[in-house]
Amino acid sequence: MPLPRLIPCLDVANGRVVKGIQFEQLRDVGDPVALAQAYSDGGADELVFLDITATPSGAATMVEVVRRVADVVTIPFTVGGGIRSVEDAARIIESGADRVALNSAALATPELISAVAARFGSQAVVVSIDAKDDVVYSHGGRTPTAFRTVPWAVEVAARGAGEILLTSINRDGGRQGYDLTLTQQVRDAVDIAVIASGGAGSVADVVAALRITDAALIASIVHDDPTSIVGLREELKAAGISLRSVVQR
Amino acid sequence: MTTVIVVDYGAGNTRSVRAALTTLGHTSEVSADPTAISEAPFVVLPGVGAARQAMEHLNETGAADALRQRVTAAKPVLGICLGMQLALEASQEDGGVKGLGIVEGFVVRLDAPRIPRLGWADVDPWGQSFYFAHSYVAESTWSVATSEGVCAVIEKGSFLGVQFHPEKSGGAGLAFLERCLSLV
Repeated sequence: MPLPRLIPCLDVANGRVVKGIQFEQLRDVGDPVALAQAYSDGGADELVFLDITATPSGAATMVEVVRRVADVVTIPFTVGGGIRSVEDAARIIESGADRVALNSAALATPELISAVAARFGSQAVVVSIDAKDDVVYSHGGRTPTAFRTVPWAVEVAARGAGEILLTSINRDGGRQGYDLTLTQQVRDAVDIAVIASGGAGSVADVVAALRITDAALIASIVHDDPTSIVGLREELKAAGISLRSVVQR
Repeated sequence: MTTVIVVDYGAGNTRSVRAALTTLGHTSEVSADPTAISEAPFVVLPGVGAARQAMEHLNETGAADALRQRVTAAKPVLGICLGMQLALEASQEDGGVKGLGIVEGFVVRLDAPRIPRLGWADVDPWGQSFYFAHSYVAESTWSVATSEGVCAVIEKGSFLGVQFHPEKSGGAGLAFLERCLSLV
């Protein structure tokens, strides 16, 4: 298996990075390109940008953010939020993103997963699953659906998703630790990579997630100071987690 | 400064490769024009998309012949990910696709616990981590470096192919690209 990945997540609204608690109460935390560069320099393995506005005007703003990020950042990044068609996905990938994350649109039209995978390959398709235990939610974690977490994960993998971004709505922004039980259940059920998300509050939380799955999404614990990722990496290595060698140029 | 041709095969993202070249002080053009491919000091065959569509595009535009002739003439070509796999004789992808045949060997479905194989992994014997994102892999006697036991780099004459994405591998990737271009 490739090395465990540490993935800062940047929620973007109107071209700015914001952070909310349980998807609400947003505050501005900075410019996406500057933050992306700081995380990249600090040894982040990858980045995720989620457009939380998901409106038509927001989509145009997001494409511009993707272009600016792709021009300066030399680590892979995923972009999600408001991607409803193969054309939306193409616009984001052609602007320089490595992968798109599908969420509500995949729940409404599961065929979208295979359509994007057929055009750009499975490695370009992440399916975001926002879950409260075994219930999958859509529309930014606000709307419960009839989908169940583990069966939906199995279905998205079968339809060609290359990776699952599993967010525990209960834990998101609360800094009480990842939902390790749910993460383990999903990872055991699929043969694609699973990113644990929602709830990282300490180094120990990240260590616990990386011991059971492929990657950990982090936000709250590093957004006040992106350079803190350097120290976080050192602490993870001291706890026995193997991370990539970082070469500064 | 070198003007690099990034070969266009109609499959999306060439922006990241071009951005990395810009960072290193080189200009680049995206083209499938056989003359441009023949005459450029350095050519990159990038790696996004599906093998069948890529080969159809390369054959239709004449880029395929231009790439083969370039390597015969000992001019450098760097193949990245799918761009490396296309140089081999054939691939199992898309039900079987004939490749450029520049390098002896075949492309087969990865045998790995989780596919696609996504993330950073060490390249041996280089001792540095690079970023991989692939479901297929090369099997060739021209393999010169591996990662977790699978082919990571092939080198034959003036063709260098890498399974990882140097344009997405941070400082290690930029340093690798810089070494490739310093030979021009």
